[in-house]
Amino acid sequence: MTLKTVLLGACSALAFAGMASAETLTIATVNNGDMVRMQSLTSEFTKANPDIQVEWVTLEENVLRERVTTDIAAGGGQYDIVTIGNYEVPIWAKQKWLLPLEGLGDKYDMDDLLPAIRGGLSMDGKLYAAPFYGESAMIMYRKDLFEKAGLTMPEKPTWEFIADAARKTTDRKADISGMCLRGKAGWGENMAFVSALNNSFGGRWFDEQWKPQFDQPEWKAALQFYADLMKDAGPSGASSNGFNENLTLFQQGKCGMWIDATVAASFVSNPKDSKVADQVGYAMFPNKEGIDNHGKWLWSWNLAVPASSKKAESAQKFISWATSKEYTALVASKEGWANVPPGTRTSLYKNEEYTKAAPFAAPTLAAMDAADITKPTVKPVPYTGGQFVAIPEFQALGTTVGQLFSAVIAGQSTVDDALAAAQATATRDMTRAGYIK
Amino acid sequence: MARKSTTQSKIVWTVIAWVVALVIFFPILYAVITSFKTEPEAIDGFSLIPSGTFENYITVQTQRDYFKPFTNSVILSIGSTILALIFAIPAAWAMAFAPTRRTKDILMWMLSTKMMPAVAVLLPIYILFRNFGLLDTRIGLTIMLTLINLPIVVWMLYTYFREIPGEILEAARMDGANLWKEIVYVLTPMAVPGIASTLLLNIILAWNEAFWTIQLSTTNAAPLTAFIASFSSPQGLFWAKLSAASTMAIAPILILGWFSQKQLVRGLTFGAVK
Repeated sequence: MTLKTVLLGACSALAFAGMASAETLTIATVNNGDMVRMQSLTSEFTKANPDIQVEWVTLEENVLRERVTTDIAAGGGQYDIVTIGNYEVPIWAKQKWLLPLEGLGDKYDMDDLLPAIRGGLSMDGKLYAAPFYGESAMIMYRKDLFEKAGLTMPEKPTWEFIADAARKTTDRKADISGMCLRGKAGWGENMAFVSALNNSFGGRWFDEQWKPQFDQPEWKAALQFYADLMKDAGPSGASSNGFNENLTLFQQGKCGMWIDATVAASFVSNPKDSKVADQVGYAMFPNKEGIDNHGKWLWSWNLAVPASSKKAESAQKFISWATSKEYTALVASKEGWANVPPGTRTSLYKNEEYTKAAPFAAPTLAAMDAADITKPTVKPVPYTGGQFVAIPEFQALGTTVGQLFSAVIAGQSTVDDALAAAQATATRDMTRAGYIK
Repeated sequence: MARKSTTQSKIVWTVIAWVVALVIFFPILYAVITSFKTEPEAIDGFSLIPSGTFENYITVQTQRDYFKPFTNSVILSIGSTILALIFAIPAAWAMAFAPTRRTKDILMWMLSTKMMPAVAVLLPIYILFRNFGLLDTRIGLTIMLTLINLPIVVWMLYTYFREIPGEILEAARMDGANLWKEIVYVLTPMAVPGIASTLLLNIILAWNEAFWTIQLSTTNAAPLTAFIASFSSPQGLFWAKLSAASTMAIAPILILGWFSQKQLVRGLTFGAVK
């Protein structure tokens, strides 16, 4: 055997060893614009980390929850990073399904994360998921229609003002509805809005003993208000409208107002997609006169490492990159500041380039700052969560109640009947689950 | 008079057949039409006239790799069909030509496994797949698709085999054919239309199976069902892109069905008219 052969053999062995050490991360995510952008920029991460490869699995939101839950419960280890909402994070962290993110690195500015967001993702002082983008809810309205109706939108409007303005800006002949709101049944669809509405009316889902509160006057007032408003100023077929349907209606100039997730602001103000881009104004989620609660809507899409992952170190390296200030700057350099993932870091809202490119930055930050989901309601509650209740049973219960309320908007049921049915269902489910002794 | 009423009834039945066919086909047609609309058009009420954009197909191609899931779909559907036939032909032979008192019960029991909601056995199957290292593998999904379609394949073949006169097989035996030769040289050629339609139907069923293929795959073995599902979006318009992805996913099986429809119909009506 010559020296040349030995050297060649050694080189080949080294090359194989190098290839074998390259880890492939499997990341489960949803098909939102910001996530699609992250996928397209992944090459920047792998260039800087040649020992890590990344593979994406994009799933429908509910399928993703099912798939990831099954995999974690069975210890399948199919995913190294999962994209989950702030609803799941505390529940899954409590179940020990997620690993605490302790390896994000020294450069990762943890204190820069928005306090409301960070609080919702932490347990016992440890961060269990890193926020990729966050949102609250606010009013998006047509400044031209308000001007025509002689109305001025206050910075913090009350529901009384909003209801009046919605009816005044409704023009059925011109196919303009004064108010577009979610009506499609689902815990993350109509119940997100209705739960926030109920919070702002002084109501709550459960009392301190987990007794459902649908038989209380606050719920009745909130649901009646919602039903009347949709009847008088809502679009036709409102009971089947969710985020996407209302987005289209607003972009086509068919809504006077739309109250929904703050992330929509970048869509409705984008002249490429929106016919009314230059006419959009923003205001805070309303409250009922005399009640200091603006819905407390807070949502974030986060990256977390399931406990079943065998590549936790590399996974945290990726999460650290994707949720860093450097990533935000990378997106800004490629796609402009208006397209950076919003709602996670304080520094973004201090960045003049961002606030100039995104006129909705200030109202978004104000909405997020007002959304302390550890104290979501006026009266005391045993749960956290603003537009949802952070317990595992909420997905099923929220959707069932959502169907009852959607039927009210469709005119198939009355407010009283829907509330009575919701009370009965919630009492039964909470008793079965052991919350009510 | 009788002739007139026959003609009239023929026209009525033809019209009914067309209406039923159009109702069944309409969702597919509408998905194809929607794939040529812009996103706002797709969500903006019912319309049969698209603006004719190809943007969705370009986006779908740019965002995701089509060929990997396509290849997986081909391998899984053909693989599981061949595997199912290998098990089902002898099973159907035994039940059709050597029935016992329990044959009907066994057939019913096999079919009853299809009546159970799939999600009920998700966790045990997932754990089995994990333990055998079959998660996200083509072999694992091929086995799974074989198992879930096997009852239908056995039932269909059993029905076809029952139409074949037992005397012919007896004659073959008299001529000295053993069991293997009897199945390969006598039974199978006679049941070719039935086997062919079973094969085609099983390919279609395997191609369209969405629950298990999505639940048990991630990146390596994910077929076109997972490809379609990936275009649904909770925040952002997606109907047109989803329709383009669906059209791309169903096109191959639609073309296969179109070219093999004669065989399919012949097989499905085999033995119905004597």
